[in-house]
Amino acid sequence: MTNPVTITAPEGLPFIDIEREFDVPVAAVFNAHRDPELVKQWLGPNGYEMTIERWDFVPQGGYRYLHTQPGGEEAYAFNGTFHSVRENEFAIQTFEYEGFPDVVAIESLRFEDLGGGRTRLSIHSTYPSLEARDGMIQSNMELGVREGYERLEGLLAA
Amino acid sequence: MILDPSADDRLDRAFMALADPVRRGIIARLSRGPATVNELAEPFAITKQAVSKHIQVLESAGLVTRTRDAQRRPVHLDAATLEALTAWIDRYRLIHEQQFRALDALLAQDPGHDAAASVALDVPIEHRGDTPSAGQQTGPITKETGQ
Repeated sequence: MTNPVTITAPEGLPFIDIEREFDVPVAAVFNAHRDPELVKQWLGPNGYEMTIERWDFVPQGGYRYLHTQPGGEEAYAFNGTFHSVRENEFAIQTFEYEGFPDVVAIESLRFEDLGGGRTRLSIHSTYPSLEARDGMIQSNMELGVREGYERLEGLLAA
Repeated sequence: MILDPSADDRLDRAFMALADPVRRGIIARLSRGPATVNELAEPFAITKQAVSKHIQVLESAGLVTRTRDAQRRPVHLDAATLEALTAWIDRYRLIHEQQFRALDALLAQDPGHDAAASVALDVPIEHRGDTPSAGQQTGPITKETGQ
């Protein structure tokens, strides 16, 4: 069975916390965040192609990537900087969806060795405002919904 | 707003159940009102037994309920579960669920890969395997449990 994801979005504070454990050592989880060839295999919604223009997972590094639907014209671009990166331990990055320019979230990622070849990843995201948090997530939804989801909404609206 | 793992499991089941076009069709029909298995089977070119199986899947996902009306046993839509699927936090969770599962699959493919392996990959984008230490400052602290 897969490990559960815990997501906490506190009332009245523009934060989101995400926690997930993995049944692999911390170095593997960290590396899957550092290596762009690996990143593009898992980051982003199903059915979208991820093109990484830049991915320097180092202190004062940065990134930019696009999600494109196969055959679709529209690309969704994201960029940010990696502020701090400490191997197998910690990273701080900014996150900007270019559809909402200048609304930048700051995300800290903690990679925690749980022993026994297990790892906990904890992500704490800080948005400039509650509206920004909810708005950015809503737009993220447009991309991220599972295939059946839009159809479901269509059904419910009918 | 915290999603406990059992809520995660319920949502997972709901989304798995809705991954099938016949079951989405059944949900669409039920959104107009309760119906019997016979009525639900009508638009589909499959056996009533197959439709019953689909209904069982929807039932175990909490999307539909069957009343104990012995004659008709009509199937009802459970609006509460469907509503839960439209909450943004759940959709957000599903995105991460999907991403993390993709990451699981990737890591399972090559459980031995480590920092050294990444350097060996033919990566067109410049990135360094060594990450200089950012020093001892702790940075923003994520609230963690169980540490």
